Amino acid sequence: MSAPVVDVRDMRVWYAGPSGPVQAVDGVTFALRQGEVLGLVGESGSGKSTLGRGLMGLVPRGAAIDGSIEFDGRDLLSLPKKERGRVRGAGMGLIFQEPMTRLDPLMKVSKHFTEVLKVHEPKLSKDEARIRALDALRSLGIPPTRYDNYPHEFSGGMRQRIMIALALVLRPKFIVADEPTTALDVLVEAQILRILADIRERYAPAILLITHNLGIVAEACDRVAVMYAGRIVEQGPVRDIFATPRHPYTRALLNSTISLSTRELHSIPGAPPDLVRPPTACRFHPRCEHVMRVCADVFPPTVRVDRQEAECWLLATDRIDAAGRAPLSRQEVPVADEA
Amino acid sequence: MATATKSSSGSLRTYLITRLLLVIPMVWILVTLVFFVLRVVGDPIQSAFGGRLSPADIAVRRHAAGLDKPLLSQYWHYLVGVTHGDFGTSLTDNTRISHILIVNGAATLELTFWAVLVAIAVGVPLGRVAARYRDRLPDVGLRLFAVLAYAVPVFFLGLLLKLLFATNLTWFYASGRASPNVEIAINNVAPNTHIYIINAIQYGNVSDIWDVLRHTVLPAITLGMLVAGVFLRLVRVNLLQTMRADYVEAARARGVPERRVIRKHAFRNALIPVVTVMGLQVATLLGGAVLTETTFEWQGLGYKIAYYLSRQDYVAVQGIVAAVAVIVALTSFLIDVAAAVIDPRVRY
Amino acid sequence: MSINLPELEGTEAAVALPTGRRHSRVPGLDAIRATSGFQRGMLVAGALIVLFFTVVAVFAKLIAPYGFNDDRHGGKVFGRLVAPSSQHWMGTTSGGEDVYSRVVFGAQTAMEVIVLAVLLSIVVGVPLGLLSGYFGGWLDRVLVLVTDALFAFPSLLLAIIVSIAIAGGSSSATGGILSAAISITVVYVPQYFRVVRNATVAAREEPYVEAARTLGASPLAIMTRYIFGNVVQTVPVIATLNAGDAILTLAGLGFLGYGIDPSAGAEWGHDLSKAISDTSNGIWWTGVYPGVAIALLVVGVTLVGESLNDVLNPLLRTTRLKQVVLPSRRTGEPTQESA
Ligand SMILES: Nc1ncnc2c1ncn2[C@@H]1O[C@H](COP(=O)(O)OP(=O)(O)OP(=O)(O)O)[C@@H](O)[C@H]1O
Ligand code: SF4
Ligand SMILES: [Mg+2]
Repeated sequence: MSAPVVDVRDMRVWYAGPSGPVQAVDGVTFALRQGEVLGLVGESGSGKSTLGRGLMGLVPRGAAIDGSIEFDGRDLLSLPKKERGRVRGAGMGLIFQEPMTRLDPLMKVSKHFTEVLKVHEPKLSKDEARIRALDALRSLGIPPTRYDNYPHEFSGGMRQRIMIALALVLRPKFIVADEPTTALDVLVEAQILRILADIRERYAPAILLITHNLGIVAEACDRVAVMYAGRIVEQGPVRDIFATPRHPYTRALLNSTISLSTRELHSIPGAPPDLVRPPTACRFHPRCEHVMRVCADVFPPTVRVDRQEAECWLLATDRIDAAGRAPLSRQEVPVADEA
Repeated sequence: MATATKSSSGSLRTYLITRLLLVIPMVWILVTLVFFVLRVVGDPIQSAFGGRLSPADIAVRRHAAGLDKPLLSQYWHYLVGVTHGDFGTSLTDNTRISHILIVNGAATLELTFWAVLVAIAVGVPLGRVAARYRDRLPDVGLRLFAVLAYAVPVFFLGLLLKLLFATNLTWFYASGRASPNVEIAINNVAPNTHIYIINAIQYGNVSDIWDVLRHTVLPAITLGMLVAGVFLRLVRVNLLQTMRADYVEAARARGVPERRVIRKHAFRNALIPVVTVMGLQVATLLGGAVLTETTFEWQGLGYKIAYYLSRQDYVAVQGIVAAVAVIVALTSFLIDVAAAVIDPRVRY
Repeated sequence: MSINLPELEGTEAAVALPTGRRHSRVPGLDAIRATSGFQRGMLVAGALIVLFFTVVAVFAKLIAPYGFNDDRHGGKVFGRLVAPSSQHWMGTTSGGEDVYSRVVFGAQTAMEVIVLAVLLSIVVGVPLGLLSGYFGGWLDRVLVLVTDALFAFPSLLLAIIVSIAIAGGSSSATGGILSAAISITVVYVPQYFRVVRNATVAAREEPYVEAARTLGASPLAIMTRYIFGNVVQTVPVIATLNAGDAILTLAGLGFLGYGIDPSAGAEWGHDLSKAISDTSNGIWWTGVYPGVAIALLVVGVTLVGESLNDVLNPLLRTTRLKQVVLPSRRTGEPTQESA
């Protein structure tokens, strides 16, 4: 197999919060090969966007990031700031959830393109830049006549396509698409998904597709990673995971979706955890129906089962003694203990 | 959407028209208010000449000025005059207010121009610094600076500057718009703009220009500081807002260098509300100009108002103040228009 | 002076309606408690300055060595423009009065006028805003138009005109203070009116007000019982900020020869106007002391007002987030498969 384009190990992103650090991403490990699409799913607030932005090196003030993000053979987190800026955009692109607010209202679309091309490919002449930009726009169905319009003159779907074109114009090897269709209606959503599929065929970038929609995962992704409270609790090929989810959270996630026969995720009993004081050890334990004593005391190991990986004690019962295996009733679960 | 493209110029026009229509009642209300409030005092002729002229003389003058007519007819007469740009004639020195507007108005215009320049030069960069170091020492210091700039009365700042830079250091002049000989020289020209710096550049020599500038520095700083603090805070708070904006993060995600992100995206967007609020500062500047001009004997409109006030020539005061109302309304209209034109979205 | 509310963070009505927060019995204690760090420092410093001037104002007669208009004491003439000495700490004026005594009595004048002006503006502006906002209609529209026009007009000119109208500029002692206060009131009524009116218009649509109305409560009862309580909470902020501005307006009036009659009381602005001509001889003490007094008092009042605004408007409260320092990895992390 080819070397991964993106290889993330043990990445953490903690935000500065008023009552202490928010452990939004707390040790995630995954890799993506060229042309591969990894779906990232999980409840709202589980840290998906934080993960996607962290990969780009976008962390707000006061936040901290560590671990290693290897992109194209280089560890981004140890690169000097300037180098990292160059990778951002040119090497990896980010597509956002809210197309309406992501374009500078005072800048013509053309200016967005010339800016990004000037920054990353300063050798390009004005005409070449224009051709490149118009090509990218045309491939996304935006006519050249709209090149000099302002963002407010476009609809949401069109703006999202412009955003995508802006990311693609630099031909990045890796794209993070953070819920690119959530804010759009169903027809536009289908259109954007078709575009993504098209991009895959033509440029074969690695794509991290963040979504709430398991239907999209099934349709558009090769592999899927399930995130819960800042951790990837299970990952593997989409088909395997949908067929035999190993982690109780994944199971609950799939169940809730199927039982309600909608395409959106629905809530699982219990509240999503507080990421300032996350539950001890397995973060899912306050809501897990299989919770055992050990789950609240010792971090579950990551266990490989066939092509899937999951972190759950249920997959490593041979390593727990009888006391640890004793079920933990819900009442005993400490609400918000110090981590 | 295509429809948005078509309607945007239309909505701009509608906006401009509605905004312009708002100017009229505003001016009318103010002019009316000034007229009636000043008439409450009593007869302007009596105020201006009472005790110095015989009752018979006063009656003659009153008749000449039309002040013996019923109040409402005087009011009507006055309103009609205002719509024609006629703000009356001063009682004490028999000068047409419209003439004062041209001559002294130019002086005020010159002063406020420099003051705005000072305010921008001080407020905008400092506002950027404050936003950049939000909640850290430079920000805290600048916040205090803004409070101080606001709290120090214009005339006190003027007095301090005069003491320091005119009396002690003699770098700049303490009063007037130019030295007497220069003033005569640059005023004695064919098309007279009454704006000294322009006159000096056009007709004078380098030393004339230098003389005018040395007279301008202190008043400009004095009046400029009045709004510099406001600008600072406006720039700071709006920058803080736009620095968090989605499109700014998106630009970062595209690898646009931070400096450029701030300059081209955050800062430019932050300026729109700043320009809008600048409209409100017109009144502040004109109010401050009265005090600055008095402090520095800068013969502008404010100086003239103070002058006629001291001579209790309320007809002149009323005329100038009414003109100021028109100026304020028109300028804030123009600034709103500018803000609307800068912003491609054209809100409202 | 002519700055209206110092530009608060945010534009237009930056004074947010606090939503049903509990208040402690001791006024101001809440405010102090709600702040931290720099904001608390600002509030405390401002309060101390205001307290200092209040004490000076109340005990002016005891603090000042001479009367504000005295140019001699015990038959001995002070002399004109005497430099600061042990006799006259702040020197004497061109009229031969003791500067120190004038500064002290100036505090008294300022405090009296400001308190009176603020009370008057509240008494006029708040009910007007309530009525106008509650009943709406043409009266509301006219009042809004008029106050907007007044608001846009240089406030100092407004105060001068009113002051001419009231008393021809001056009159007897209390008349001087009252007429100065009224001139200033006219400047600030539009501000209270605007804020209260807008808040009332908003409150009128609240469900509980609607409910009261359908239950047949009289407009008076609704306004006093339901709306007033909510709306009135913004008043302290405007009042403090306006008080600072009012001090400047009073001084501006005095500087131009309006406001307080020189025989009726010492007034800082008036003293400064006299001091301007002294500067050409290098005499500084006649102007610097009253000037510093004005600036200091305005700084104090503004600091209090701004901190109050910050406190009542939680959006503005600075919560200084601490930079996150990532702790070293937990032992038993899933990468090491340990039990
Ligand atoms: N700038 C920030 N400062 C502090 N906490 C933050 C910040 N941004 C996000 N968080 C917190 O971090 C956690 C993860 O947020 P994130 O946006 O990554 O979740 P998400 O999985 O993308 O959710 P969604 O599906 O709603 O987009 C949340 O608890 C959120 O409240
Ligand atoms: S480790 Fe324990 S609590 Fe966590 S998911 Fe597995 S069984 Fe549930
Ligand atoms: Mg998200």
